[in-house]
Amino acid sequence: MSAMAVEFKEDYLQAYRLKSWLLTTDHKRIGLLYMATITFFFFVGGAAATIMRLELMTPKGDVLPSPDAYNRLFTMHGVVMIFFFLIPSIPAVLGNFLIPLMIGARDLAFPILNLLSWYVLMIGGSIAIGILIFGGVDTGWTFYTPFSTMFSNTMVVPAATAVFIAGFSSILTGLNFIVTVHTMRAPGMTWFRLPLFVWALYATSLIQVLGTPVLAIAVALVAVERLLHVGIFDPALGGDPILFQHLFWFYSHPAVYIMLLPSMGVVAEIVPCFSRRPIFGYKLIAFSSVAIAVLGFLVWGHHMFVSGQSMYAGMIFSFLSFMVAIPSAIKVFNWTATMYKGSVRLDTPMLYALGFIGLFTMGGLTGLMLASVAIDVHVHDTYFVVAHFHYIMVGGAVMGYLGGIHFWWPKMSGRMYSELLGKLSALTVFIGFNLTFFPQFVLGYLGMPRRYYEYPAEFQVLNVMSTAGASILAVGYVLPLAYLLFSLRRPPDAGPNPWRASGLEWQTDSPPPVHNFEEIPIVTRGPYQYSPEGAEAIDGNGDDASR
Amino acid sequence: METVTTHRASGPPAAPSDEPILEVQFDDLEQQHEASSVGMWVFLATEVMFFGGLIAAYAVYRAISPSEVALASQHLNVGLGCLNTVILLGSSLSMALAVRAAQLQSRRNLLWFLAITAALGACFLGVKAVEYYQEYREHLIPGWNFQIPAQVAAKSSSLPLDPRRFEMFFVLYFFMTGLHAFHLIVGIALVSVMALLTWRRWFSGSGETQIEVTGLYWHFVDVVWVFLYPLLYLIDVQS
Repeated sequence: MSAMAVEFKEDYLQAYRLKSWLLTTDHKRIGLLYMATITFFFFVGGAAATIMRLELMTPKGDVLPSPDAYNRLFTMHGVVMIFFFLIPSIPAVLGNFLIPLMIGARDLAFPILNLLSWYVLMIGGSIAIGILIFGGVDTGWTFYTPFSTMFSNTMVVPAATAVFIAGFSSILTGLNFIVTVHTMRAPGMTWFRLPLFVWALYATSLIQVLGTPVLAIAVALVAVERLLHVGIFDPALGGDPILFQHLFWFYSHPAVYIMLLPSMGVVAEIVPCFSRRPIFGYKLIAFSSVAIAVLGFLVWGHHMFVSGQSMYAGMIFSFLSFMVAIPSAIKVFNWTATMYKGSVRLDTPMLYALGFIGLFTMGGLTGLMLASVAIDVHVHDTYFVVAHFHYIMVGGAVMGYLGGIHFWWPKMSGRMYSELLGKLSALTVFIGFNLTFFPQFVLGYLGMPRRYYEYPAEFQVLNVMSTAGASILAVGYVLPLAYLLFSLRRPPDAGPNPWRASGLEWQTDSPPPVHNFEEIPIVTRGPYQYSPEGAEAIDGNGDDASR
Repeated sequence: METVTTHRASGPPAAPSDEPILEVQFDDLEQQHEASSVGMWVFLATEVMFFGGLIAAYAVYRAISPSEVALASQHLNVGLGCLNTVILLGSSLSMALAVRAAQLQSRRNLLWFLAITAALGACFLGVKAVEYYQEYREHLIPGWNFQIPAQVAAKSSSLPLDPRRFEMFFVLYFFMTGLHAFHLIVGIALVSVMALLTWRRWFSGSGETQIEVTGLYWHFVDVVWVFLYPLLYLIDVQS
């Protein structure tokens, strides 16, 4: 126990030199490094989206020089947003920051590995930015063969390399979380006293560890075929393009749950806190996270209904895709039931969480439509699909991420932000998002295909609505960046527990000391001890005052 | 990653401390040992999926073109493959004995067994290099000097054989055995580092955790070969 003598009174932000950040092994600082990185990538991907929406304002191609430039643009939008923003978003930022705090540990199990995973992402990200500068890729983020291996004359191999490398960052993060949750819980922190955010990230980590290597193999084989001109996926050389799609979606469908499950975890923290009610159905929510992770591995074929897989495979994948709706719906119903008869307060994090619930429900229900083979054949590769997955990834994952950032910002920085601007941003994002993507459902159903540079004039009204929505959405995303950074100018004023939340992370100072806790807490109760009358039972000293 | 917990004292002849260094995030040595061990197991799960993707690709091509795969497999050297299997199983035995020696704190035995393990690993790579050279001589390396062997070309005019699938087998063969060889090189490096740390007495404590975790990795690389050998070499040995 001699190591415990090395306790610091200062909070973790106290050293300012660049070196103290680049060589840090503190999980909280690494979380902030990730936050800066992915914020950068978010705005890069967002810039690509902005140009695309401008291009699509008119039926003729006029903003971009060529259809080819448009292809490169949507590919970079997809690659950057998925591999360099959404996949690392909540796990690497909030997960890194919060898991040790939530389970009562001084750090993750492997702090140096944690720092390494950030550097690995930076290497992959630098390659991605290099590709962007030196010409881009035009295959779409899916790298479908044989176009990617034999016909595209853009930078496919560097893009595959960037994705391959970024994958290792994801694997290392997931590995670290699994080991930490298994071995580092504070005394008394049983599995069923873990916050649901930790359950969600545990399930996410399982996907990262088990899915990512298959993507790595798929893109490595693409690179081999492209470089050596040997047939693996190209039918002209004796390969099988469907095999690539199987390998690719074996990861890339579960990857949707890498983006979504952590957001569900965030919502499960926010909703009870701002309803002053214990979470309804704790175990069901916990197990539904694991169920989503497991079932998520069995549904990849629903991306391939029209790819030539067998009819029976299509039927089974369709059935299994419907199964995923069950644990997802369990979560939605339980969050809603938590609010029932609660003292609901509509602070900024709660607005984001409510936005998540609404948008995720929309995204999930349209997902069921797409899981039905007949409807999918009809709307395959149209804007209906684009709208659906943006409801899940942006309406779901990004709303959850922003909700989490607003919820834990006082803990991370020690500062409160302007509540008025916060509410404004949540509303702007919600309105802008729906205006952007709801018209796309209609467009897709009317038959507008995705990934096209020009379109018939009859689709223009809906496209103009979508572009107008995107500009509102952009305001909603820039606002938090501005007022959150602005809040840093003030002295720390948040106090340890501004939301009167009951999790372990709120019992230490804001910002937390270097090794999180003055003394490792002994846990004697579950994470959601709220009561609607006013939760005075919970205060900062870790004792169970309600007994 | 398990080397994270190793500690290097300043001078070579430093006396070994009796207790391993406890990293600040852990409460006690038992927790630290458990974390390293669980970490390696999770990493091996990742590795299983890594090779699993390749084996899935192999299974698809073997299922859709069984005769080409069987024919191509006959061009591999079963004798050398068998020898390599024996070598690698032997290295796993000596690795297991090394872990035992670390637990018993018997430094001399530990050093010997680590050295044997690394040497057997190097032997494997040597035999593999001979095999690769033979395949190079027979023009069987796709993307470099691949030519359909004459007797196969003759057969494919009479039988419905797809020569491109014949080549595909070698793509998968080189990819799978190459990835395995890469893992083995990493394993040899790890074992050598462990041997060096033991030899110079640079471990704090006996290095039991580190040796055990290295052993897990080594056995995994061995087990991968136990799958690759029958999948690639033993498809149609009789004919």
